[in-house]
Amino acid sequence: MENPEISTPISISESEKTEQARHLSIPHQHKDAIGAKIGMWLFLFTELLLFGGLFLLYMAYRLQYTKDFVVAASELNLVLGTTNTIILLTSSLTMALSIAAIQRGKKKLSVAMLLATIGFALAFLVIKYFEWTAKFHHGIAPNSPELLSKPNGEIIFYGMYFSMTGLHALHVIIGMIILLFMLVFLLRGSISKTDYIKLENSGLYWHLVDLIWIFLFPLFYLLH
Amino acid sequence: MANGVLAERLENYLEHKTHKGIFAWILSTDHKRIGILYLVSMVTFFWVGVTLGFLMKLEMLTPGKTIVDAQTYNTFFTLHGIIMIFLFIIPGIPAVFGNFFLPIQIGAKDVAFPRLNLLSWYLYIIGGLFAIASLFLQGGPIDTGWTFYVPYSIRTTTNVILPLLGAFILGFSSILTGLNFITTVHRLRAPGMTFFRMPLFVWALYATAWIQVVATPVVGITIVLVIIERALHVGIFDPALGGDPLLFQHLFWIYSHPAVYIMILPAMGVVSEIIPTFARRTIFGYKVIAFSSLAIALIGYFVWAHHMFSSGMSNTSRAVFSLLTFLVAVPSGVKVFNWVATLYKGSIELRAPLIYVMMFIFLFSIGGLTGLVLGSLATDVHVTDTYFVVAHFHYVMFGGTAIILFAALHYWFPKMFGKMYNEKLAIWATPFIFIGFNMLYFTMFILGYKGMPRRYWSYLPEYQTLHIISTVGSWILITGLAIMFGNLIYSLFKGKPAEANPWGGVTLEWQIPSPPPAENFEEIPVVNHGPYDFSKINGNSDGKS
Amino acid sequence: MEKEHKEHLIPYGTYFLVWLSLISLTVLTVTVAGIELGRIALFVALAIAFVKSTLVVSYFMHIKFDDLIFRFFLLVALVTLASIFILTATDIFFR
Repeated sequence: MENPEISTPISISESEKTEQARHLSIPHQHKDAIGAKIGMWLFLFTELLLFGGLFLLYMAYRLQYTKDFVVAASELNLVLGTTNTIILLTSSLTMALSIAAIQRGKKKLSVAMLLATIGFALAFLVIKYFEWTAKFHHGIAPNSPELLSKPNGEIIFYGMYFSMTGLHALHVIIGMIILLFMLVFLLRGSISKTDYIKLENSGLYWHLVDLIWIFLFPLFYLLH
Repeated sequence: MANGVLAERLENYLEHKTHKGIFAWILSTDHKRIGILYLVSMVTFFWVGVTLGFLMKLEMLTPGKTIVDAQTYNTFFTLHGIIMIFLFIIPGIPAVFGNFFLPIQIGAKDVAFPRLNLLSWYLYIIGGLFAIASLFLQGGPIDTGWTFYVPYSIRTTTNVILPLLGAFILGFSSILTGLNFITTVHRLRAPGMTFFRMPLFVWALYATAWIQVVATPVVGITIVLVIIERALHVGIFDPALGGDPLLFQHLFWIYSHPAVYIMILPAMGVVSEIIPTFARRTIFGYKVIAFSSLAIALIGYFVWAHHMFSSGMSNTSRAVFSLLTFLVAVPSGVKVFNWVATLYKGSIELRAPLIYVMMFIFLFSIGGLTGLVLGSLATDVHVTDTYFVVAHFHYVMFGGTAIILFAALHYWFPKMFGKMYNEKLAIWATPFIFIGFNMLYFTMFILGYKGMPRRYWSYLPEYQTLHIISTVGSWILITGLAIMFGNLIYSLFKGKPAEANPWGGVTLEWQIPSPPPAENFEEIPVVNHGPYDFSKINGNSDGKS
Repeated sequence: MEKEHKEHLIPYGTYFLVWLSLISLTVLTVTVAGIELGRIALFVALAIAFVKSTLVVSYFMHIKFDDLIFRFFLLVALVTLASIFILTATDIFFR
């Protein structure tokens, strides 16, 4: 049977509709997983537009300072960047597997996959930490004399680099915290085969974090 | 109430308390109580904004200093803008009447995420307090104008970060409300309530909700970037470091233009409710009005740079944006024609809500038409950043949205509070508001056309006469507002009890008691006709769909 | 609700295949970046990123198997984002 709110409810009997509506419109009494998913996707759109603004700035500044961008980008560590990309992609896999497992009632596997995801998130952050501190060590930091002595285009490149990877890393941290909560719920059983929308929604958030990096990576690390 | 028979009346939402004392209000997830919470806090912020406006107009009585110095004047117009825009007009109708009536109008018991709804209000209050807090901290209140353009917003020594954080939090509040409303409309409509049987107020709220969700994050990131630029000198907008201030303006207006549609669409939705009720016939062109709400929301994303015509953009983009701006006026015009067509040959009952609606049609039309002057590149370069712009946006925001907010207050007052307001006093307020408004703002069109720049503390003596007329207008307007609010507040306590359906309306909120029961409906209704079906009342086929 | 979840369980293997594709595309994009392509290098990189993100959204985020309304919503958001980029470009590309 189709979702009633998509088509005009001509094919559903009046009593069925009334039952459904009674179910859905009583607050706190019946969980609406689809509604929760809609809410989550809408929230993801806000994140898309939030980062979209940054990508817009990137587009403008790359157009304006193409040469400086190439010079500055060559100072980024391609190995670390690629490793981080692979880490996040794999974490998306384990996230999806965690949900797939609980859908089949395989709690232990689900927990293991969720732990793996959290582990990958941590690895990503550790690598990011080393990348940033290496930059700081070389005197490249916002408002540092070393950075300010460079051409404007390079200052802007690093401005975009720190803002965008910084905001992204913040989202990785938030995502990790959310997943830790989900781990607790999973262990306690409030996420189960019959009710796993919380895990699904957390997964959606996590995949968004991955998606943003999929675009950040070529734009910052693959400028040759 | 028959003798000897206990009439089982459901507790209304004001009687039904989930906690004790004030906590029955600030911990309640009942969408109706949350609407009232917004109403009380919003009216409070509104009067702070009015006071600032009053003081600004006093200062403008003379070319030099009248009551405050230039720096203070700058903080006045900044805070006036921040309060009126972020704390009054943007949350405005959706936060108060959307919250109260969206679930009822679609036959639901509450919104999709009631606790998130309460969080939205908490964020509203916190954001508001952050914004006001800058008044009291070292450095002094923010003086950048509500638009906080770079590079000045990066350089000024006044408190920028705190009010900007406040604005960010307010943005979150708006996003969560929008998210809630979209999900509610998709998931909680009563059986038989198809999309095309929803009241037009709901359509308006739905279109608005999409703008809230998709546009607000863009100003969110803009705010974050200005904050980190100030705090860490990252190098993004600062021209000294290679940044482009024009990019700031783009990002800012990419939100702030759609924001004006967040302001006006719900108001237009209310008009589509009030007119059928007081003309006692169905709305003319229901589907067209519904689609025009969506069209305005969509096209509204394509016009933002008409705020930037003289900032230094390419000529190509100036032409493109001017053309697109003309396009967005069309669906609004369509609505006005349909409203007037509904009134034609209707059985008109001229009560306060309809009077405010008619005021709206007049004032909003002036605002809209002058928008075309501003949208047209050739004329804009002469009047941009003058009082002409100030007049335009006050006509559409104040004469448009705020007037309808007042109309909605009167229309839904009996339903929300179970009391009737005093009709005579309500009508008496209107000439003061109308005359005061036009004296205050129409003079500004002339001032702007003659070259008076906006946000200027001092001016050449030849502008003084018009400034004086304008300021006197502000006094008359405020008098009218005081009469109106005074009437409503008095009626809240001493008004006559209101019946369930004092206006003979046909949408779902008029089929339940005044005030509504805690869960709105004893039984979820089953809908089998359009929202403006007056056929039973008129004894004809008018409105069946 | 429950019936939607019973409807479609994606096999574990599918997820692995998607992951393999993503890794391959990553290897591809890094390799291609080393080749001198001039102006189209950016478009190639973005095209590959676009394919990767389509895989993530369709399979990992399940949108391919969810109700059509979700794809419609995503389209609305993407169209809005695209128009913002295009219209801003009319300024910065023609200064």
